[in-house]
Amino acid sequence: MTGTLSINGTELRVSLRGDEVLLDLLRDLGYTEVKEGCREGACGSCLVLLEGVLVNSCQVLAASALGREITTVKGLGTFHQPHPIQEAFVETGAVQCGFCTPGMVLATFALLKKNPHPTEEQIRPALDGNLCRCTGYVKIIEAVKLAAERMASDA
Amino acid sequence: MPKKNEKSTSLERSHVGKSLPKNDALALATAQELFTADYPLEGALHCALLYSPHAHAEIRSIDTEAARAVEGVVDILSYQNVPRILHTSAGQGYPEPSPYDSVLFDRRMRFAGDRVALVAANTLETAREAVQKIEVDYEILEPLLERRRAMEKQAPKLHGGEDHAKIPVAYEPEKNLAAEVQIAFGDLEEGFAEAEFIEEHDYSLPAASHCAMEPHAAVAYIDQRGRLVVISTTQVPFHARRIVSKLIEVPMHQIRVIKPRIGGGFGGKQEVILEPLVALVAWRNKRPARLVLSRREVFVTTRTRHAADLHMKTAAGKDGGITALQMDCLLEAGAYGTHSLTVLSNVGSKVLPLFNKIDNIRFHGRSVYTNLPVSGAYRGYGATQGYFAWNQQIDAVARWAGQDVVEYCKRWHIRSGETSAVFEALGEGKEGVSQVVQSCGLSECLDQGARAIGWAEKRDKRIRVGEDKVKGMGLAVAMQGSGIPLIDMGAASMKMNENGSFNLYVGATDIGTGSDTILAQIAAEVTRVPIEKIIVLSSDTDLTPFDVGAYASSTTYVSGQAVKACAEKVADQILATAAQLLETKAEDLHLEAETVRDKTGKKSISFEEVATSATYNRDQYQIQAQASHTCQQSPPPFIAQFAEVEVDTKTGRVEVVRFVSAADCGQPINPVLAEGQIEGAVVNGLSYALWEEYRYDENGRMTNPRFWDYRIFTARDIPELRTILVDSQEPTGPFGAKSIGEVAINGPAPAIANAVYDAVGVRIRDLPITPEKVWRALRDKGAAADATGSTEGTNSTDQPKGSPRS
Repeated sequence: MTGTLSINGTELRVSLRGDEVLLDLLRDLGYTEVKEGCREGACGSCLVLLEGVLVNSCQVLAASALGREITTVKGLGTFHQPHPIQEAFVETGAVQCGFCTPGMVLATFALLKKNPHPTEEQIRPALDGNLCRCTGYVKIIEAVKLAAERMASDA
Repeated sequence: MPKKNEKSTSLERSHVGKSLPKNDALALATAQELFTADYPLEGALHCALLYSPHAHAEIRSIDTEAARAVEGVVDILSYQNVPRILHTSAGQGYPEPSPYDSVLFDRRMRFAGDRVALVAANTLETAREAVQKIEVDYEILEPLLERRRAMEKQAPKLHGGEDHAKIPVAYEPEKNLAAEVQIAFGDLEEGFAEAEFIEEHDYSLPAASHCAMEPHAAVAYIDQRGRLVVISTTQVPFHARRIVSKLIEVPMHQIRVIKPRIGGGFGGKQEVILEPLVALVAWRNKRPARLVLSRREVFVTTRTRHAADLHMKTAAGKDGGITALQMDCLLEAGAYGTHSLTVLSNVGSKVLPLFNKIDNIRFHGRSVYTNLPVSGAYRGYGATQGYFAWNQQIDAVARWAGQDVVEYCKRWHIRSGETSAVFEALGEGKEGVSQVVQSCGLSECLDQGARAIGWAEKRDKRIRVGEDKVKGMGLAVAMQGSGIPLIDMGAASMKMNENGSFNLYVGATDIGTGSDTILAQIAAEVTRVPIEKIIVLSSDTDLTPFDVGAYASSTTYVSGQAVKACAEKVADQILATAAQLLETKAEDLHLEAETVRDKTGKKSISFEEVATSATYNRDQYQIQAQASHTCQQSPPPFIAQFAEVEVDTKTGRVEVVRFVSAADCGQPINPVLAEGQIEGAVVNGLSYALWEEYRYDENGRMTNPRFWDYRIFTARDIPELRTILVDSQEPTGPFGAKSIGEVAINGPAPAIANAVYDAVGVRIRDLPITPEKVWRALRDKGAAADATGSTEGTNSTDQPKGSPRS
């Protein structure tokens, strides 16, 4: 089947199999910033925003994303123009191996959009779908707090 | 007490001790960096593997005809067409101390998940479809699924025949014995005889998965000049090159191994598992090849922490001093013996020296084969297993002696200027190296940690929280090493560019730890330039010098010392060239802020001028140097870890509400990265203490190979974590540094177990500490109390007689 997708603001015409999951389609298209950690929706490495909603792309049929808008972590910021969340992750030491980071950054983005001033008690469950084995989460939680502060003062 | 900065020069440190962001952090946060599976490989063959469903079987025959007939299948590998070359998959120095008991494809299947065949096809779907069409006729053999039965005469045997140890060590496959280690000092029986108190118990720990978020992957291609390039998720690129060369019978000079960004390792990627397979496919077919494991494959077919049984007998005299310590350990190697000897050695060698005033000691360890998934290296590397048992024994002894365990540990731990006979007796595959500890801040760690958690206010208080919960406090102490002495080697080279910047080339392997950054900090400290002027390239066997890789807590201490020596040589060249240009003596000059200055401050010249002159103008040469470093000893980092738990007496549920780690890793090169190592290890350790374990069905198949069933801690589950760095100065380390990568995983499980005892008086000696185990223990204790007519409830203590506790 064929159709169009919008990925990070770029319209793409794609052909896909009916049973293909969004994760595979995105990676095949070169969006390798979407990581595969478990393929069971348990780790959050493959998170993307689908019409602004956080989804594990391994659990979404690619066909269901046709005609819709997808944002990956690269859609938030770039190396030369990073998003404040990405900067906060760098500054607090929240990036160790960096494999979970795209998902963590997107989960943070989704949280701060809904709740610009989250408490730690609100941050923790918001990151519950994202596994990290390197950091112990301490500095990731710090990063979320720092990003919230920065974005609030920028707003 | 070693003083901070006692060796510091007149110049203020510019980079060491500063929490600079990792030099790859922004590229990772914006997802610019490539991990192994992200490399675009035009026209690659996709590989899929067929695994044995049986724990123990012999393949009578394989029929690949139907698989080959699938359109798009290009190659199929099995024992039928791959040379049988005995080796170990352990990424260790050569000759490896692990037995040569593996081949790439065998007829004998030794666990449910052992490798049967590989299909390479034009698409992944085709490869997977073809794998299903391979027909295998198995002769099913009786499996050995219990490690405690492994050495029985009638137990099924896994290995034998051509299998052998590469170095002279105990290896007896005819007894399923993958490794054996024994050391003894003094007279154990005499030590027991003179004791006033003996604590003797069995402990048990399950296998566990590293759960690096990035699954194992490898890709390979043939470059423009016909050489083989392998990119893989490896902690050991140079060992990978050596092992690939041997297994695919291609000379080493034809092979290049590149380590890209790695999504965590923790020991799980200190194994050469996938690299030979993609290398073979690429070499045979002269096409790129890729193999990316699923999470399920990572769980079942890569490596685990060694499950262990420990028998501990600890005897103490009146003052609580230990008169004899017996430690017997049975490790489960699983189907192959990779790391079995060295993990086993570390159960003793990283634990027993901590209390170095015990005269009578015996350590006896065995690693045995079973038809279960393969154990290997895992952060902590045996010390985690040993300390789980040891710390509970110590807690019990201190309680019996009526002493606070914090003070007890302060009294008995090894100190700066002291040694332990164990250092020399127990090495990694051979005798160890004697060493005198030259930095130890453990007493201060104990004091600071106890203060931070409120030890005095909450230990032994059994504070009630609501209806059913009781608070408890537990302590665990531990040490590790810094590299493997006289074995580990790291090397660095460095060159100066005309504008005064430097390229730093290191074999050291950054797997997410931040070693690229701390090594750059060391180079920047020596050369006095901003960190961004140190351009780091690491772990490419064509471009960088050798390094053993990221394991054994060695990178900061071993590779860091190589970088420091290398940068010092470069600095000498800069000084010599500047001396000529300034017409003065090099010894009157020093480096400061990208400038060479003389002592008077009158003469100076910028790095850019020095480098430009050396490159283009006068007595031209490339300012560059190289250096190697082999550690002569392995100075231990120390840690004191404190758990505050709340135990629900109705359900047995244990919640860790607060956890404090106070660590002495020498002078931390980058405190935030050091904290990150500790926090990551702590949370992994907490998760292992309470939740993680491999579960098997009656046929030896793992039943929980997915994150939904093998749960690990998330941000929601962590307690309030506090990390304290207690700086010491290690004279043999770069700028006083020791290691920090592993030590912090050793304390969580025993600290929690000790805290559970503190709260409700039951000891859980087998991990994980599940609600069911605690609940049963409480019930049994209550039943025992009823039977003896005790009036105490389930919260009563089972303190041994003579305890001062009321």
